[in-house]
Amino acid sequence: MIELRVNGSARKFDGDGDMPLLWYLRDVLDLTGTKFGCGMGLCGACTIHINGAAVRSCQTTMKAAAGKSITTIEGLANGHLHPVQAAWEKGNVPQCGYCQSGQIMQAVALLKEKPKPTDKDIDDVMQGNICRCGTYQRIRAAIKVAAGVKA
Amino acid sequence: MNRVELVVSRRGFLGIFSAGAFVLATEGLEADATWQPSVYLGMEPSGLVTIIAHRSEMGTGIKTSLPMVAADELDVDFKNVRVEQAIGDAKYGSQDTDGSNSIRSFYEALRIAGATARTMLERAAASQWGVPVAECRARNEQVVHVPSGKKIAYAALVTAASKQAVPKKEELTFKAPSEYRYIGKALPIVDLLDMCTGKAVYGIDAKIPGMVYASIERSPVMGGKIVSVDDSEARKVKGVLQTATIDPMKPPYGFQALGGVAVIADNTWAAMQGRKKLKVDWDLGANASFDSGAFKTALKESARKPGKVARNVGDVDAEFAKGGKIIEADYYVPLLAHTPMEPPAAVAEFKNGKVIAYASTQNPQAVQATVAAAVGIKPADVTCHVTLLGGGFGRKSKPDYVAEAAVLSQKTGKPVKVVWSREDDIHFDYFHAVAAMYMKASVDAKGRPTAWLQRSAFPPIEMMFDPKAEYGTSQMGMGWSDVPFDIPHHRAENGPAKAPVRIGWMRSVANIYHAFAVQSFVDELAAAANRDRVDYLLDLLGPSRIIDLPGDKRYPLDVARLRRVVELAAEKSGWANKKSGPGHAWGVAVHRSFLSYIAAVVEVEVDAKGKVTIPRVDIAVDAGMVVHPERVTAQFEGAAVFGTSVAMLGEVTLADGRVQQGNFNNYPVARMPEAPRMTHVHIVPSDAPPAGVGEPGVPVISPAICNAIFAATGKRVRELPVKKMKLV
Repeated sequence: MIELRVNGSARKFDGDGDMPLLWYLRDVLDLTGTKFGCGMGLCGACTIHINGAAVRSCQTTMKAAAGKSITTIEGLANGHLHPVQAAWEKGNVPQCGYCQSGQIMQAVALLKEKPKPTDKDIDDVMQGNICRCGTYQRIRAAIKVAAGVKA
Repeated sequence: MNRVELVVSRRGFLGIFSAGAFVLATEGLEADATWQPSVYLGMEPSGLVTIIAHRSEMGTGIKTSLPMVAADELDVDFKNVRVEQAIGDAKYGSQDTDGSNSIRSFYEALRIAGATARTMLERAAASQWGVPVAECRARNEQVVHVPSGKKIAYAALVTAASKQAVPKKEELTFKAPSEYRYIGKALPIVDLLDMCTGKAVYGIDAKIPGMVYASIERSPVMGGKIVSVDDSEARKVKGVLQTATIDPMKPPYGFQALGGVAVIADNTWAAMQGRKKLKVDWDLGANASFDSGAFKTALKESARKPGKVARNVGDVDAEFAKGGKIIEADYYVPLLAHTPMEPPAAVAEFKNGKVIAYASTQNPQAVQATVAAAVGIKPADVTCHVTLLGGGFGRKSKPDYVAEAAVLSQKTGKPVKVVWSREDDIHFDYFHAVAAMYMKASVDAKGRPTAWLQRSAFPPIEMMFDPKAEYGTSQMGMGWSDVPFDIPHHRAENGPAKAPVRIGWMRSVANIYHAFAVQSFVDELAAAANRDRVDYLLDLLGPSRIIDLPGDKRYPLDVARLRRVVELAAEKSGWANKKSGPGHAWGVAVHRSFLSYIAAVVEVEVDAKGKVTIPRVDIAVDAGMVVHPERVTAQFEGAAVFGTSVAMLGEVTLADGRVQQGNFNNYPVARMPEAPRMTHVHIVPSDAPPAGVGEPGVPVISPAICNAIFAATGKRVRELPVKKMKLV
């Protein structure tokens, strides 16, 4: 039996310990805000937080998630939008929207690490997250808005 | 809510573009029912307005933009509008969300829907007050009797309005542009908050009670057939419930399911794991020897030979025979995959001879037809709910994956979700065609062409619907038979080609490779003449004039609009003051597609190691009248990134009939550092009929990047992607 916390709630799982956390979140808990994009940790659509750090849930087994505290996009807003979500909304970032959960989770982790990121900091961290619609310049702008740094 | 099925009268839609059908309701209303003066619009007695989004939302903002048009004409606050995504139903007209067509074809229909409702409200108020309708004016959710100042809310008029005769189009009045409250202004897209909080629902997120999950093993070679299947190990995987086969498709392939063996499980992961344990013996068939390298050689040869003439002006051969200076070049663009971030996914339930599907599809009516054919029922017995699409780019116009879900539901007796892995998505795409182009020009003393010959060869989309097809007739109007230059002798040809892969529309389709060849060749001619690229391009476009083209006579080409966007892109990029030189340069390209006139100036930097970065793109856009400028801007920002992926990175190859790429490691797409750092979009104010915006930004990007790379390095890119080329 694997025990973990997801968005503040205690959960127990007795299925395949090799199942990626992604599919547990999506198929078992119906937390479908976390997206499947590649299954190889190449696109970032499945990004969640484990103990506050950004992690690819498609590359994290349930065994590895045992005892950890998981936050998904659904758990990010706490009564009010997280500043990063608010910046995303203000900047009309999404087009299709599919990758944006992962982008937002990655950006939140970036700002935790580097509250005033440079362009290079943003490139270095955000290059793991693909947006096929091509919203990158708005993602960059929204991160700067959330960080309160000059565009 | 008490919704009633209405008996409707069908009338032809009389818009500028007659692609839409417009159905008006006249009878059958109950007093407390939702009033539906149009298939696109309903109003409840509470005053709540529902506007139907009948086109698919894949990132263009169309689910907001079209309803905005009706809300504006009806003059209601968009906050009081509920936008409802339509199921697939022919009563809405075409729902095939492709061809950058939604605003073009339905702007007029949605205006009519709003104006019809407004007129009926005015008539109901006039009748209630016993005053002439000409004295009543509906604005901001109220009808006002202008002489007396008397007012009544729309909500109080719903029942009375529903009893009014539906006015004919000729009886309607439309707002003047100065009266627009939404058209031409920005509104946040309706799903914005859901997208930022993880609540937005895509096809891959759909779930219905009792649903099981399928992962499907398909023939690694196009057209392969199953000889035998051993599923014993697969069925031992925890969570796996059963396996089931899907019959192979038969020519013409169209949108049919590919066929294969499905592993069905109680979660996606178990289905994928089970699939890995399948032992399938395939008869791979004749295509198992296909090699894309050999095909490339043959395709380039085909492009060098005389082909079918798509357009002929003057006498190219006689001019070449005069023996002036000749410039020739061959261009090549490989097979490309769409790779929307959400791979194909659908849920279907077959029950009592009917199917209910939930799909991220660009074409729900094609879902109805395809699913019906696959399970042997009538299209009317297929209900297709359209979710949000996690990208489409043309891939999701083809509903083969929905047919898979329906067939598996029929076989298992359970609702089935089919999720394609990224590898499935890339291996089994309807690829953007590989294309070879040959260009030849004779030039005068100033380097201006006196004669121009262009030949292209590519496996055409027509193959999907006619196995014998070798010519891409429907792709000729996409940047080939519509080259706008002022050259006295000009001929465009199309050579034959066929390939054993599925070919389909991808964002801007044949315009991608045709614009790459034409706009690169212009740059080659300008370089040979040692002339400023923008000056040369304008010289080649020639004087402002209207050019009648082969094919659809409704859409002649307006050279003045092409010239204007070139000048605008040059001006906004500061072209006149930029000096291209080693390592840092600018490139230009112009192209019309989907009736929009687009020019781009791209700035590139090439470092000592040959690494290319793109600090800035300026795109000038004349898309006619624009409904939602902010979302149009976003489309062109995105097109610059999509075009960058095409130019720099994308290539699908096959060996032994098998696709060699499978994920973003070997089929890379532009990531943040590779994408243009900043794209500035400049929209030309226009009252011309609305033109396309989803696709037309893409074609100019590859040639503009490659022209800039030439200016920075002296290396001419004639084959994409650039990543394969040594630049230093």
